[in-house]
Amino acid sequence: MRALLIRDIRLAMRAGGGFGLGLAFFLMVAVLVPLGVGPESALLSRIAPGILWVGALLACLLSLDRMFALDFEDGSLDLMAVSPLPLEGVAAMKALAHWLVTGLPLVVISPVLGLLLSLSPAGYVWLVASLALGSPALSLIGAFGAALTVGLKRGGLILSLIVLPMYVPTLVFGAEAVRRGAAGTDALVPLLFLAAISLGCAAILPFACGAAIRANLK
Amino acid sequence: MLTVQDLCVARGGVAVLEGLGFTLSPGKVLILRGPNGAGKTTLLRTLAGLQPALEGQVQADPETVTYSGHADGLKATLTVAENLAFWASVHGQTTIEPAIVAMNLLALRDRRAADVSAGQKRRLGLARLMVTGRKVWLMDEPTVSLDAASVALFGAMLRAHLGQGGAAIVATHIDLGLPEAEVLDLTPFRARQKRQGAFDEAFA
Repeated sequence: MRALLIRDIRLAMRAGGGFGLGLAFFLMVAVLVPLGVGPESALLSRIAPGILWVGALLACLLSLDRMFALDFEDGSLDLMAVSPLPLEGVAAMKALAHWLVTGLPLVVISPVLGLLLSLSPAGYVWLVASLALGSPALSLIGAFGAALTVGLKRGGLILSLIVLPMYVPTLVFGAEAVRRGAAGTDALVPLLFLAAISLGCAAILPFACGAAIRANLK
Repeated sequence: MLTVQDLCVARGGVAVLEGLGFTLSPGKVLILRGPNGAGKTTLLRTLAGLQPALEGQVQADPETVTYSGHADGLKATLTVAENLAFWASVHGQTTIEPAIVAMNLLALRDRRAADVSAGQKRRLGLARLMVTGRKVWLMDEPTVSLDAASVALFGAMLRAHLGQGGAAIVATHIDLGLPEAEVLDLTPFRARQKRQGAFDEAFA
């Protein structure tokens, strides 16, 4: 399993691997929104939590369709299914690799982007905390969508349609935590809900992914 | 090592082969023959456990079987050695040197898989079988894009595997230079086209 994780991270880091894709997208959203909305900092700081969370969510979505599709096309997925690795473990490792390559960099860069959107100072801690707790759920839910659509050519469209509704609770609680944090009110409750969603996804979805891949390989 | 009884395999829900039965014992190789579309790939995928049998049974320990299909499962941006090392560690093996030597990949080991030829990729794909450490090799057209010298290398590797108590089922159209191999012609096992007469059945 560790070999798979290392391989996936290595593949992502090498040329054409897609590392930085989500990051660049997130950066673009945060740079372009102030230009589009105008320099009014009161307005910007009010919409900042929502924009940052939507940006992070869409940045995650961008690289999902590659998660299993590449391994399906070159036959690796067949060979992994025959190997001693359980497909549930394969899915969990793939989601973890996706999070390390896409989600974690978003968490790290988010304070800088908060600055661009003039997020109020009290919100930064909550922004980082909510993304750190919520982005694993984005990767796990995304892995499930990718596993369901793995056999399809150009499955990206249907993948987005499957995944987006499942992303809604994460987005709602994530943005709410930052909004409350920025406003100086109690933000712990949405943050706990976010953590619960991530933990629940981590407990259930790898098994669903394994079953979906097995069905799609037939 | 692998016993098949009264097996019926299906592709896309349509039965392609039926009534298959054979036993594979250690040191033996079984060559599958049959025209395109006869069901060789479907049979091998069923034996590997990648798809369920329509009827009948495959008796084999899944921990002993490995599969090599049309695609080699290689990553273009990893080097030859990295590709092999990945599959070795997935199977809990540590050494890749014998496989590299057996398929004559020594000169290519630090080359990216994207930069080697189709035949060299195939050699790498076949070397992967060795690093799995598994006994039963199920191979689908292993010699595609191999030159004569590489086919001979493959034959030698396969014979060494059989000598160590391994076994193999190979779907191929060419002569592998293994006179001891049993040949199974799949043509007689072709599934009879059952009348899918939903219309008739509805009124029967």
